[in-house]
Order: sequence, then structure tokens, then C-alpha cells
Amino acid sequence: MTATAAVPTSDVDPFSHEVLEDPLPMHEQLREAGPVVYLSRYDTYAFARYEEVRAALVDWQDFSSAAGVGHANFRYEEPWRPPSLLLEADPPRHDAPRRVLTKVLGPRALRRLREDWSADAEALVDAVLAEGTTFDAAPALAGAFPLRVFPDAVGIPADGRENLLPYGDHAFNAFGPANDLVAKGAPRVAELSAWVASRCAREALGDDGFGAQIWAAADRGEITPAMAPLVVRSLLTAGVDTTVHGISAVLHAFATHPEQWQRLRAEPGLARVAFDEAVRWESPVQTFFRTATGDVEVGGVVVPDGRKILMFLASANRDPRRWADPDVFDLSRDPSGHVGFGFGIHQCVGQHVARLEAETLLTALAARVERIEPAGPPRRHHNNTLRAWASIPVRVTPV
Amino acid sequence: MTSTQRLTPVAATTSTVVLEVVDKTLVAEDVVALTLASPDGARLPDWAPGAHVDLVLPTGMTRQYSLCGDRFDPSTYRIGVLREASGRGGSAYVHDVLAPGDLVGVGGPRNNFPLVPADRYLFVAGGIGITPLLPMLHQADLLGADWQLLYGGRRRASMAFLDRLSGYGDRVRVAPQDESGLLDLAGFLGRPQPGTRVYCCGPAPLLAAIEAACSDWPPYSLRTERFAGGDLGAPARSAPFEVELARTGRTVTVGPGVGVLEAIGSVGVEVLSSCRQGTCGTCETTVLAGRPDHRDSLLDDDERAAGDCMYPCVSRSLDDRLVLDL
Repeated sequence: MTATAAVPTSDVDPFSHEVLEDPLPMHEQLREAGPVVYLSRYDTYAFARYEEVRAALVDWQDFSSAAGVGHANFRYEEPWRPPSLLLEADPPRHDAPRRVLTKVLGPRALRRLREDWSADAEALVDAVLAEGTTFDAAPALAGAFPLRVFPDAVGIPADGRENLLPYGDHAFNAFGPANDLVAKGAPRVAELSAWVASRCAREALGDDGFGAQIWAAADRGEITPAMAPLVVRSLLTAGVDTTVHGISAVLHAFATHPEQWQRLRAEPGLARVAFDEAVRWESPVQTFFRTATGDVEVGGVVVPDGRKILMFLASANRDPRRWADPDVFDLSRDPSGHVGFGFGIHQCVGQHVARLEAETLLTALAARVERIEPAGPPRRHHNNTLRAWASIPVRVTPV
Repeated sequence: MTSTQRLTPVAATTSTVVLEVVDKTLVAEDVVALTLASPDGARLPDWAPGAHVDLVLPTGMTRQYSLCGDRFDPSTYRIGVLREASGRGGSAYVHDVLAPGDLVGVGGPRNNFPLVPADRYLFVAGGIGITPLLPMLHQADLLGADWQLLYGGRRRASMAFLDRLSGYGDRVRVAPQDESGLLDLAGFLGRPQPGTRVYCCGPAPLLAAIEAACSDWPPYSLRTERFAGGDLGAPARSAPFEVELARTGRTVTVGPGVGVLEAIGSVGVEVLSSCRQGTCGTCETTVLAGRPDHRDSLLDDDERAAGDCMYPCVSRSLDDRLVLDL
């Protein structure tokens, strides 16, 4: 391996439980080591600084997604499921599915949902507060709200929705190496995959949801009928866990930053900024891989053709080269430009959905809760790709 | 054309990127191909076949042209410009005055003519209408689709990019009118076939003819675009305008060198944004009064006409005053 001679090398395991519990020290170590670091344990290159991560996200020509955006290299390995037409595709195949989903999930399309989701958020917060003022915000709010509104918006029936979180959790684990987290999910893969596939068929979907609109696009020839179920599958895979953990992140941030909560209460219009700042600060999606399409030079290092590159989105979002006081959760910051949703042609197509969910929930909460504070130590949920909370005990003071 | 004298180079605004003409080549009678690149070599916004850009000339005129280069090259755009004898001077300026080294404003890209997936494509180009189809041919190859092209023009010497088509062999039928008469659309299209998409770009009579010829094809088989390159589009406004923020009660004047997003931010109203290229939609803002000058890649023509929202990272104002729900 000639190219690695000049590259700083690290034997860290980004997917170990120790790192998953607290990846921040590793992020700093990798950022400081150089613009490109060779991870000897996985024979993979890594970018941990903002500039290189953002450039790689944008440069689809040099950094391919079609060989998989996880550790597995589809050039040599069989994917665990048929690859995503969005996440695991390059132009030109990526174009049509992306174009359709961009429209279906676009900000204009979401306008009609705002009123309903605000009412849903108010109802959920009222119900939780009626049960008591001390509760676990991870399942009670962050877990409950997306599962309440998103599957309805997609148009999937009520039965079996409990499968969505485990399916998503496994899909995001599967982007990592074949470690114990992947093994843990393996026994249910066939069952969960079959259930998800069954929900993607035209006849299984409601008449006016995102799913039906995807099928309508197939009727207009914008995608093929064979693509439609896989595009629906992308919604069900990527649209639940990510939002749950994003909302967990902002709730935990507020519980530990009471002065920021007061700011939001004084200025509820900051809810959108607050969510994006939390996505920057916590980066619910921590990493994605790319594959070099040729010998690509980055920061004086040649990443050889066909090799995997691990992009640390979370580290880029706290790179002091880009952000002042990056470790501070601060509503006065402009978080625009963070890479928590990715960047470029693969930037999260559901980001407006996530923002609307978070905004309506935070707005409902801010109107009803004067103070929110920890009621016990929070507990992490480990996932190879996602930064997540299993539990966030809080005590609130209703208005 | 009111004047052919050289004007000062366009100023950078956030509604457009300023690109340099790095090459200008006569590729047929009355057709020049321009290659545009960022003066600092920066990556240009992504596009897909069928996309067009707004070209803002130093005269202030804005014209739309299809991108006909290679999307895998992120640092250059290529467009083909037909001299429009009856036009209002935009194409004449490009032909007679614009030179390598000059700077132009470029807005977009936007795509109203995307290549949808299909097993087989039939492409029909009339004259300069070849430009959006050129990258589609390459893309159809990449996708492993079967395709054929029928390319008509007045005479062979007036038909651009024949050299780029020569490698495709008998999949391309070149039919200059002075050699073979009007295009034989019926013969080229054959019987309607499900799974085949017909793409056509060219002058209005050709589009009318192909619509008639495809009338018994399954719905959505035919996709057309009037060729970009006509003298259309409102001139880009260079005078300052006022943006009133209805909820906060502030008003800010936006000069030509400043974007609306920055101007709003300068009076303390932060609008969340992300791509700052008019592609992601994060900064969508409701418009209460005034007509936005849309520069984004998101809204389709109907949505643009509705004028009820805008993306202030790139879009501006057509009127003196724009009122936003901020």
C-alpha cells in the first residue's frame, strides 16, 4: 500500500461500543491527524474535517454512492437488500427517483400537512403532560410523534407500524461493518424486509399520501412501475429513525441548556433554527461512506480507485475550522451549511419533513412547558450510523 | 439590438454565478458554441440532460439556453446559440460581441424537460433544438437504452454538432430539408409502442407536427420543449428594490450586489438556508405582495407563476417592493 505511507494512520474502531457511546474524542483526534486519515482496522480512508467532507459529499463524480454508502463495497460484495435507488445510486440512474421524491416531499407539498401536524403535536404533548410532569422524552415524544404523523403521511395502514423502527435501526447498522450490532438484527431481517416490501405496493398504500403520489409519478412515466416500490421503501427506511433521533437530539439539547429553552419560548419562530442547530450539534446521522471512482487526490493524499472513504458528518459539524465554539448548542448561531443532512445531490430528500415534524412538536411544547430539565441520566442507544438516545428522563414545569 | 458596444462586465449577484467565456466556436452557420467556466475554477451547480440556464448578458438581457455539454465535467457548461434574425438582440450580441475572456451571469440550471426512464427513446430535433437532446443521447447509452435520433434542419451546413453525432452510426438520421424535404415523422415513429418515450425539441411547427403524429400513442409518451434560445424571459433587474418583512415590521433595501437572504440577515432576521444555490428548498419563504424574480431550480412554471413563495438564497424581485411573511 504505497499511498498510505504518507497518510496519517489510525487503528481506531469508529464502530466500537466505546466510540459509539462518545465519538467526540475520536472525531477530534481524526480531525487533528490530517485532512485524510487511513483507518487500518477497516482498510478505509476517512475525512473528518468540514472542508473535505463537504467537498466529497458534493463531488459525486469522484466519490460514488452506487458501490454502497456503507462499509460493504458493492463492487465485490452482495448487498443485504436490493440497493436503494436514491441513496445507493449515481447519476444518471439517480436522477428520476430523486426528481420524483424531491417533488413529493418538497416544502410546497408539505404545506397542507402543517395544520394537521400542529394539531397532532398539541394533542400528543397534552396527552403526555396529562400523564405527569416527569417522563422519558425519548419514547414519549421523540419516538411517538414521527410514528404518529409520518406513516399516515406516507399512507401505510396502522397495523405493523411497530416494525418501522427495528427495520430502520437494522438498515442503519448495516452501513457499518459486520459487527455485533449487525448480528443482533440479522434474525429479523427476512421478516422485517418482507413486511416493508409488502407496504410499498400500490394497493397497500392510502389514496393521497406520499406513497400514492410516488405511484402516480410512475403512472405519468416519471419513474418506472418497477422503481415505485423501492422509492416508497426509501421513505420507510430513512424517514423514521432519523427523525426520531433528530427530535431526541433537540429535546436533550434543551433539557441540558435551560437558557436556550427560554430563548425558544420567548421567540417560538426559532424552532426551525433550533432543530437544525441540534442536527449540527448531535448529527443523528454520523457517517456515510463513498467509493473513489478513480485515483482521487485529496489534501495531498491519493485515495486509490475503488477504495472506500468514510465521511464523518458529525465531526465536520463540529470542526472548529468551520464553526466558532462548535461544541456549544446555541440558537443565536446560524447553522446553515451544516452537513447533518448531507450535501449535494444526495442531501436528505426528507429534510423538510423532518423540520416540519420537529417544528410543530417544539412549538407545541414551548407553548405548554415553562421549564424542561433532566430527571436522571440519559442513556444512549448504539447504532453503527445513528447517534441516538434510548432514554432521556425529563421533568417539566407546565405553563 | 440597440448597441453593439462593449458594456461593463456583469456584477456578481447571488441570483447568478459569474462565469467566464473560455471558448467560443462557430459550430455551424449562425450557431456558436460557448464554453463557460468559473474564473476561479470552482465547481458549477449540477444539472441533468434537458436542463437550461439563464444567460445574463452584459447588456442586461437574459436569455435561456439548454446545456449541451457533459455533466460529468463539473467545471464547465456548454451552450449552443443560434443567431435569431428576428430576435431582440441577445443572440446577436453573443455572436457579434461576446468574446473569450468576457464575463456573463448564469442562473439556474432548471429542468422542465428531464429524461424519464424508458427502455427505448425516439429523439426528434429541429435545428438548434438538438442542444438539449445531445446529452440525452449519451445518457441513454449510459442507461443501456435503445434509441434513435431524427435530426432535421434547413440545410446540412446550418446543422450544429453533426461531428458529435457521427460516432453513433445508423442510430442517427440526419435529414436536411434541402436534401430530403420535411421530416418523415410518421415513418420515423412507426407504430405506437408502450415503453418508448418520444423526445422532441425544435420550432413550433415541428412540435405541432409531432403532437399530431403521436396523438394515438399512450398518454405521457411524448415530451417536448420549445427550443430554448428564443429571446424570452424578463430582463434581470439591476435597480435596487425594497423587501418588507411583514411580521417583524422591518424593511431593507436590496442592491444589485447583495442577495435577498443576506439583506434580510443584515437587519437581524435569520432565515435558515442550506445549499444557497436554489436547489434544496430550505429557505422557502412566503411572498405576500410583489412579484419574485425566481432564480431557483425547484419551482415549475405553474408554481413560478403563482408567485406565492420564493427562495431568497437566489431569487430576487421584479417589482420595486416585495413583501415577505417574515
